[in-house]
Amino acid sequence: MIEIEAVSKSFPVKGGKDIDALRSVSVSIGDSEFFTLLGPSGCGKTTLLRLIAGFEAPTAGQIKLDGKDVAALPPQKRPVNTVFQSYALFPHMNVAGNVAFGLEMLGVPKAEIGRRVRDALDMVKLSDFGGRMPAQLSGGQQQRVALARALAPKPRVLLLDEPLSALDLKLRKQMQSELKRLQGETGIAFVLVTHDQEEALAMSDRIAVMRDGTILQVGGPRDIYDNPATTFVADFIGESNLVPGASIGRASTITVSVRPENVSVAAAAGGLTGTLAAVTYLGLDTVYDATLKDGTRIRSRSRDASTALKAGDPVTVSWPASAERELAT
Amino acid sequence: MSEAGTMKRSSALLLIGPTVLIIGVFMVLPLVIAVAYSFLTAGPYGGVQQPPTLDAYVQLLFQRDFDNTLVFSPSYIWIVLRSISIALATTLVSLALGLPVAWYIVCQTPERRRMLLFLVTLPFWINTLIRTYCWILILRDEGLANNLLRTMGAITQPLPLLYNDGAILLGMIYTFLPFMVLPIYATLERVDPRLIEAAYDLYANRWAVARRVIWPLAKPGALAGASLVFAPALGSFLTPDLLGGGKKLLIGSLIQMQFTSSRNWPFGAAVATVVTIAILIGFALRARQTARALP
Repeated sequence: MIEIEAVSKSFPVKGGKDIDALRSVSVSIGDSEFFTLLGPSGCGKTTLLRLIAGFEAPTAGQIKLDGKDVAALPPQKRPVNTVFQSYALFPHMNVAGNVAFGLEMLGVPKAEIGRRVRDALDMVKLSDFGGRMPAQLSGGQQQRVALARALAPKPRVLLLDEPLSALDLKLRKQMQSELKRLQGETGIAFVLVTHDQEEALAMSDRIAVMRDGTILQVGGPRDIYDNPATTFVADFIGESNLVPGASIGRASTITVSVRPENVSVAAAAGGLTGTLAAVTYLGLDTVYDATLKDGTRIRSRSRDASTALKAGDPVTVSWPASAERELAT
Repeated sequence: MSEAGTMKRSSALLLIGPTVLIIGVFMVLPLVIAVAYSFLTAGPYGGVQQPPTLDAYVQLLFQRDFDNTLVFSPSYIWIVLRSISIALATTLVSLALGLPVAWYIVCQTPERRRMLLFLVTLPFWINTLIRTYCWILILRDEGLANNLLRTMGAITQPLPLLYNDGAILLGMIYTFLPFMVLPIYATLERVDPRLIEAAYDLYANRWAVARRVIWPLAKPGALAGASLVFAPALGSFLTPDLLGGGKKLLIGSLIQMQFTSSRNWPFGAAVATVVTIAILIGFALRARQTARALP
């Protein structure tokens, strides 16, 4: 439904070289899909979101919504609504006024506005808060109002710019499932921007991992976790051992990626050997850090804390061939 | 009372002491003197003398006939009304000009903002008298404006630009506009630009953004600016005298005259007191309104 085709965006810098925030990015997002743009800060994910919203115009490329190029349309002409990181609630209007704003601007009849505002507030469980001012609400409640306000006009796409980053951990977990529920109930496509890989894995149908203005990999959470396409993705999503090919007797042009939970450590018995550098007990898991002869560190994460291994012991490190991925260095 | 309580009270007095002193000496004392003078008798060569009398206030509304009967005379009331309407017009035009100017400045890059704010305050660096005379040079029959229009062939006879209400209004707006721009700017500068984006995102057009978002958020600044323009505009006498040619009296000039050529200090003080009370009532109403608007 949204097609991003070879979109580039550069920002002019006074007396310097332009900053390329996006370099020829292409991706398509489906109807009623929960799609996440994931990457470290400065990777271009927010710029891409602002291009879809219409706050910025692309330097090159096309943004298509239902087949029509909308790159030249201002934000008020796009059936797309945004939940801002800072919520951006109108401080001079009460909650109901905020939620009604978009409907009023669309010229929805008065009686229907009242009904849809109530529906939207019911949906975010703030039915009794219509008369409150934004300043009288907690951060989590403001977040819900921002969601209700953006969903009330029933947009084709809802854009969410790091919507949970200002909430504490417990509330964040709660809102994650709430967002997932809302997306299912409304059937509206959600495009979420985040730098939190756990959040992305927990909520998304598909994830685009971004870095330096490009998309490195697009796929489902499982797919991206199990089959990272580059060493950056392997490292950024979850935890990975990135072992240089040369240190385990393979081609020096490759890096082997293997998740710590797939690595086993045992008392030295041939194979890939090294010394145990540290054993860290984490409650559920125990982490074993081993150092190979050439100094490469390999981490193993295990549920089994009963082994008698301790730091300084010689060990053998192994993993099943199916758990490793060979990546170009 | 406990010792700690006494300590607290004396240190609190010490802390608010300077503020009370400044307000007392610079604001309350002159007002008290003005009110007191308005109830005294005029001295023959200026100044005031005993006994206390209400003559000054009677003079505001009545004229003493030859047979010593009092006849109602609205001439001073007309002066007050005229002054209020000119001050009001100054305030409204300043608001209409100041709001877009302040918004424009807020939308610029930080360096350009500093530059533009400096330009707004630039007139403050030049003496008011000199600035007002400059307007005379521009507006008079052989002045810049008329000469320009004539060379352009727009007119053959010079337009009467000087010595009328239009000239007074122009001079006042010119003088007081910065007092409108600066508080509105200060208010709008703190507005989160995301709010504007959010409004556009929710299908508002430019006009709706201005009316539903920018104006309500600029209102506190606009009200502050309106007070800062209206009060001094009501009392100003230099600009109306020079650009209006002193043909029609305004309150400011009326008061000033009582302390100079007319040598009727009590009457001047009485007019000043009435104007001050009127303005204070206006402020009190506004303060109540603002208090009610808050949750």
